Amino acid sequence: MAETWVFVEQKDGNIRKVTFEMLSECKKGGDEVGAVVFGQGVEGLAGELAKYGADKVYVADDAIFAGYETGAYVAQMVAMINEFNPNAVLFAHSFNGRDMASRLAQKLDAGLATDAVAAEISAGKGVFTRAIYAGKALAKAEVTGSPVLATIRPGVWEVGSTAGAGAVVKPAIAATAADVYQVMKEFRPTVSARPDLAEAAVVVSGGRGCKGPDGIKLVEDLADLLGAAVGGSRASIDSGWLGHELQVGQTGKVVLPNLYIACGISGAIQHLAGMSSSKFIAAINTDTEAPIFGVSDFGVVADLFKVIPLLMTDLKK
Amino acid sequence: MKVLVCVKQTFDTEAKIELKDGKISDAGINLIINPYDEVAVEGGIQLKEKGIAKEVVILSAGSDKAMDAIRTALAMGADRGILVKQDTTADEYARAIALAAAIKEENPDIVLAGHVASDDGSSQVPTRVAEILGLPHVNVITAIEIAGGKATCTCEADGGTSVIEVSVPAVISSQVSWNEPRYPSMKGIMAAKKKPVATKDAAAVDNKVNIIEFALPAAKQAGVKIEDDPDVCAAKLGDWMKNVVKVEVK
Repeated sequence: MAETWVFVEQKDGNIRKVTFEMLSECKKGGDEVGAVVFGQGVEGLAGELAKYGADKVYVADDAIFAGYETGAYVAQMVAMINEFNPNAVLFAHSFNGRDMASRLAQKLDAGLATDAVAAEISAGKGVFTRAIYAGKALAKAEVTGSPVLATIRPGVWEVGSTAGAGAVVKPAIAATAADVYQVMKEFRPTVSARPDLAEAAVVVSGGRGCKGPDGIKLVEDLADLLGAAVGGSRASIDSGWLGHELQVGQTGKVVLPNLYIACGISGAIQHLAGMSSSKFIAAINTDTEAPIFGVSDFGVVADLFKVIPLLMTDLKK
Repeated sequence: MKVLVCVKQTFDTEAKIELKDGKISDAGINLIINPYDEVAVEGGIQLKEKGIAKEVVILSAGSDKAMDAIRTALAMGADRGILVKQDTTADEYARAIALAAAIKEENPDIVLAGHVASDDGSSQVPTRVAEILGLPHVNVITAIEIAGGKATCTCEADGGTSVIEVSVPAVISSQVSWNEPRYPSMKGIMAAKKKPVATKDAAAVDNKVNIIEFALPAAKQAGVKIEDDPDVCAAKLGDWMKNVVKVEVK
């Protein structure tokens, strides 16, 4: 039976949610769903992958895969594709996912749809919707090839509850030391109790109206009350109040949480591009003419320095 | 050491996108260097200023208009340019082949590019170029040190920051937080007019990805907007969050 593969995003045995989203979505299709996991000591993940729809779990378990390295991962994937001929291979649109998928696609002389927000896959062909200009427009693109390759934006699909058989398959380890060309000298994990901006269900963002670290502190306090990620508009990143990795917008990240709360953000078009697909949007801004109110489900024209502390007291009730 | 920087000409990030005859309209749009590539240009120039690079070459594949992007990069301080004429509908595969062919002739030690373009957002081309040339690559860098035939790159990574070392020659792609690109000076703009730019045609390559249609996302409708005392605003916003959005409070 034809298979669609999902490349598993995991670090130290923790599987990222986007993997479950992809497995669940693929399970709705006609293909068997294969989860492909590379790492060291990762066979134990098969049960969790099966729970979300993996009919087969391909486990390439070897010291060479202990950390992500493009050369070794791509060599292994090429060997497995040649052996098992999947219809399609989907990756998360993470930094590693897009890196691996791009190198793999070129090695296979194949097309690749990156950052897809919708997919229809059939044998030898995939039709993907991609958000371009950071979401200001959509492009529907056809990718032909065997396998069809794509990276999928986190958060666009729901995690389901249909399980698969989870049969473990152990492919031959094809990657060798000669394939490795990147040496990881150091990895410094982000020290934050907050969820990842790209995957958070709630995002609280601060902009120019925060006026400085005191305003940003309020944004962070509200975020922590809601278990939310913190983001910022370009103004607060350029002012040095928040790190660039937290920028939401066309030269930052595109987010689609359940709730986006814009605090002191006027809503420049390049910021709106990064957040206007959020399910619910709330805005707090003193300027009644601010464009952010044009995309907000609930806007309050008020001073964030007054409203946020009152709102927090209210929410705690 | 020779540094080559790939630049793509893109729409201004403030541009409003409209469709005309089913295609993205470029009428009245200000064209710029892709902001991620602009950072790569600045990075290349800084390598020259530090004495690590002797020459910075700018390469762009695109229409005749892309000459403006090359001239802007030359005005910032790069030495010369190459324009590979290619239809702007070329996909990532065809674009990478065109760029790689030109890079092969130049044989640079470091190839720089932005890790993603602000228009198609596909973030494939630098990695594809590296694969075609058989070179190592590192993506999304925020700092670089080059010494002893190695490039040591600090990178924005999933869940943190990584430091990755590769041998040179290599293809390196930049994150916007690497540096703050300079504005071209008047002197730089004048000098750029005299700097050499070679032009050539891209070999014909079929796309692997074909666009079926473009669309604009459904316009988000504005909802409730209230102007009242802060305590009233806070209470109503809180009610909405609890009853409509159904947020969970930690």
